[in-house]
Amino acid sequence: MSKPRVATTSLAGCFGCHMSLLDIDDRILQLIDLVEFDRSPVDDIKHISQRCAIGLVEGGCCNEENVHVLEEFRANCDVLISFGDCATMGGIPAMRNNIPLEECIDEAYRSGPTVYNPQGIVPDDPEIPLLLDKVYPAHEVVKIDYCLPGCPPSADTLWAALTALLSGQPIELPYELLKYD
Amino acid sequence: MSDSVTITIDGRNIEARPGQTILEAADAAGIYIPRLCSHPDLKPIGSCRVCTVVVDGRPQAACVKPVMDGMVVQNSTPELLQHRRNIVDMMFVEGNHFCMFCEKSGNCELQAMAYRFGITAPQYPFQFPEKEVDASHPDILLDHNRCIMCARCVRASQELDGKNVFQSIGRGFARKIGVNGERALGDTDMAATDKAADICPVGCIVRKRVGFEKPIGQRLYDTRPIGSDIEEVRA
Ligand code: SF4
Ligand code: FES
Repeated sequence: MSKPRVATTSLAGCFGCHMSLLDIDDRILQLIDLVEFDRSPVDDIKHISQRCAIGLVEGGCCNEENVHVLEEFRANCDVLISFGDCATMGGIPAMRNNIPLEECIDEAYRSGPTVYNPQGIVPDDPEIPLLLDKVYPAHEVVKIDYCLPGCPPSADTLWAALTALLSGQPIELPYELLKYD
Repeated sequence: MSDSVTITIDGRNIEARPGQTILEAADAAGIYIPRLCSHPDLKPIGSCRVCTVVVDGRPQAACVKPVMDGMVVQNSTPELLQHRRNIVDMMFVEGNHFCMFCEKSGNCELQAMAYRFGITAPQYPFQFPEKEVDASHPDILLDHNRCIMCARCVRASQELDGKNVFQSIGRGFARKIGVNGERALGDTDMAATDKAADICPVGCIVRKRVGFEKPIGQRLYDTRPIGSDIEEVRA
């Protein structure tokens, strides 16, 4: 029997959650015995190649590309997990959510204290994904099956969740492994 | 009047003193009823409704409802657990609770309540309201982003400190904690020694320069759910 496939991605996150995944240390050897990685920053595969058992989403949606990737994951993963505070609650990127978008862009490109931009140019190349009005947690964009909060969720949290799913159990985190920080 | 009454909580018989609230009687018997606005040093106001129990078929706030002989109280039915979870979820989406950089994280009663209830993400859409930070006081920070309107600070300032530093102002979604000063907290007679400085269940009123003192793993709710101290009383 072929191994279950796992896809992972980082949307509006900082890759800290993926670092935490690597932080399972030598259990990573067990993990690659148990699963096959599909699209993931770990192997740099750019699109999901076939149906996946588990999708892991770090980060919420701050631009239209994030939404497209998240939709690709939802369409191709049996169980979709959002992990980290950004994916589950918006996190640090969502701190812009009560500031009008125009003010954010102004601060970043025109008037911020370290900005040198005498012509006041704001990047608008069509290659650059359009920003959304707000940053949305993953579950406000597509259906998410499990949320694993934490900034980042600890390696033990991720290991507990993955091993539960891979052995056909629902994810039930013990008290110490459910944290928001 | 006899000096003891009997009530049942989730089918268990409890001895209580007349004049006690259901919450106090439950605490003494080692039964934890979740609560946020209630504090042992303050008069209860029954505002957050996290302590809702069903008394003889009707929902009541356990922190204000006095015991009466023969009362039948339900505390942990699936409906009540869901009701409490809904309230905590609403508190999370109606404020801006960024636990990852909050000084109160690990010692926060709202966060601890969510942990105890096993909440992995709120079920309601986040509002991300615009709120102010008042850093005008030299020793105390007031960050409205984190306020859950429990009014503990209002009561502590009046009842314990003999002052009137905080008030609840406005209505509905716009309701907020106001300060009795020209502009901000720094203009009030709030002192670092005030009881109101340490009464906030969340990270809204915090002392400056002591944040993150305790390392992760040693904070109040890192390994023990909120209410464990009360449940341990139970023989
Ligand atoms: S500032 Fe703190 S104590 Fe005062 S109402 Fe808000 S949450 Fe309660
Ligand atoms: S604790 Fe009873 S209403 Fe808040």
